[in-house]
Amino acid sequence: MNIVVLVKQVPDSGAERTLSSSDNTVERASASNVINEMDEYAIEEALKIKEAHGGEVTVLTMGPAGATESIRKALSMGPDKAVHVQDDALHGSCAVATSKVLAAALGTLNADLVLCGAESTDGRVQVMPHMLAERLGIAALTGARKLTVEGSQLTAERQTDEGYEVVTAPTPAVVSVWDTINEPRYPSFKGIMAAKKKPVQALSLSDLGIDASSVGAAGATSEVLEYSKRPPRSAGTKITDEGEGGAQLVAYLTTEKFV
Amino acid sequence: MAEVLVVVEASPAAGVKKVTLEMLTIARTIGSPSAVVFGDAAALTDKLAEYGAEKIYNATGDDVENYLVAPKATAVAALVQQVQPAAVLLASTQEGKEIAGRLAVKLDNGLLTDAVDVAADGTATQVVFAGAGIVKSKVTRGLPIVTIRPNSTTPEPAPATPAIEPLAVTVSESDKLTKVVERVSEQKGSRPELTEASIVVSGGRGVGNADNFKLVEELADLLGAAVGASRAAVDSGFYPHQFQVGQTGKTVSPQLYVALGISGAIQHRAGMQTSKTIVAVNKDAEAPIFELADYGVVGDLFKVVPQAADEIRKRK
Repeated sequence: MNIVVLVKQVPDSGAERTLSSSDNTVERASASNVINEMDEYAIEEALKIKEAHGGEVTVLTMGPAGATESIRKALSMGPDKAVHVQDDALHGSCAVATSKVLAAALGTLNADLVLCGAESTDGRVQVMPHMLAERLGIAALTGARKLTVEGSQLTAERQTDEGYEVVTAPTPAVVSVWDTINEPRYPSFKGIMAAKKKPVQALSLSDLGIDASSVGAAGATSEVLEYSKRPPRSAGTKITDEGEGGAQLVAYLTTEKFV
Repeated sequence: MAEVLVVVEASPAAGVKKVTLEMLTIARTIGSPSAVVFGDAAALTDKLAEYGAEKIYNATGDDVENYLVAPKATAVAALVQQVQPAAVLLASTQEGKEIAGRLAVKLDNGLLTDAVDVAADGTATQVVFAGAGIVKSKVTRGLPIVTIRPNSTTPEPAPATPAIEPLAVTVSESDKLTKVVERVSEQKGSRPELTEASIVVSGGRGVGNADNFKLVEELADLLGAAVGASRAAVDSGFYPHQFQVGQTGKTVSPQLYVALGISGAIQHRAGMQTSKTIVAVNKDAEAPIFELADYGVVGDLFKVVPQAADEIRKRK
């Protein structure tokens, strides 16, 4: 099975994140950047499927030059190769444009299965798998907490608010996964060394036949008008339980009219 | 006045979800709200009318109900072409966002997700970076397609008498690639839904084990609250993932958030720090959760919570 995993480099959610003051895009240059955590689960799922059914795993990333670091990290877990779509004109791309670029890149890769994390920690927009399926005319199975592959038939348990749905589709398909699906492996020393030699193919917009003015800030379908920081919450009253903590808590809740 | 399409979020158990009423309330500031219902609309009509739906478009049948997302996006896209609405509002839930994503591609149109408000001119207010920032943004190509986060606004009734218009949907073969073969409910009791609840009581690693979550549930039920869990509690198998609050789970914004045995790692704060009032019980006085709690109790939750539960019973 030919598997492509979408990997996004994001600013570390454990550090302070902001929008760039010059153009209101996510500040990536000065941020501490990491692989989007949920994507590691997609990589793990891809490797497990390859181990069970054979095939090849390719990492696909769209991002600036610095994203190479996350690509090498992804490769150190075990994928065979990577494709890096990189072009200065992509800066400021909206989700619609991003889906156009990724769909074009996927078009060159002939994937049976496209795996990705259910959402990224920066935008948390959750739209990419369905946007790609829409563009490619293939199936999307999203929010999977379990995935079964039988020949060319995929079955997933899709997490819902009420419980889960069992969904099925034929390959080729895009599948997004939650972090409940598996436990990603840590890269081994051997894996880290091997990743340095794995092929990373660079693709530009002209390689993909995409007009630069249709993506990036120039082709964006939405615009940030203003950004402001929310004032941080401040600590209120803190008491230490000396036998009456529960009663004091309820007294507070009563004052605030919750009880 | 131009129509504003509101894609209804409902469930068999809960009926019309609160976020739908919030969307109808916001829609009225932009234009004339038209609800779009997938599946049987009969049980939902009264509520939609009460909150101001001037029209109800209803699409039913196996083609829209038995396949994942794609047929719904096709239906909404056709409706957009037909009525040229001023905006399309959807819930900022997994499915709402997914329909919005497909719709944006079909119409080559911008979209904005996780909005907490939309102004009459379509400018959306979004909370970003786990509640650390606020963004005002606008769709610059096409009409505003905006997903609204639950608990963004107070639903205001505005009784209307909507006509129900059946919506015929012509779906393509590629819309029918992903079949929904089974829907399984894992509901626990009759608690409000996590993202919509006005009070959420959550347990963390400090709860200790799955059995002890009964304590969290008991306090939640006394407060009429939903139950949530931190990632540490979910990863340890104390509580199911669909109740996880935080970066890789749900974002909640209730009137009151009660954190029991939760240290308050940044990934958890990401999912709850826009709550109006935050209360925490933790035995570690240095736990970061206290930095954002309006009221914090440093103590053993196995003593504090039962006492609080007894006290609430007394006051009832």
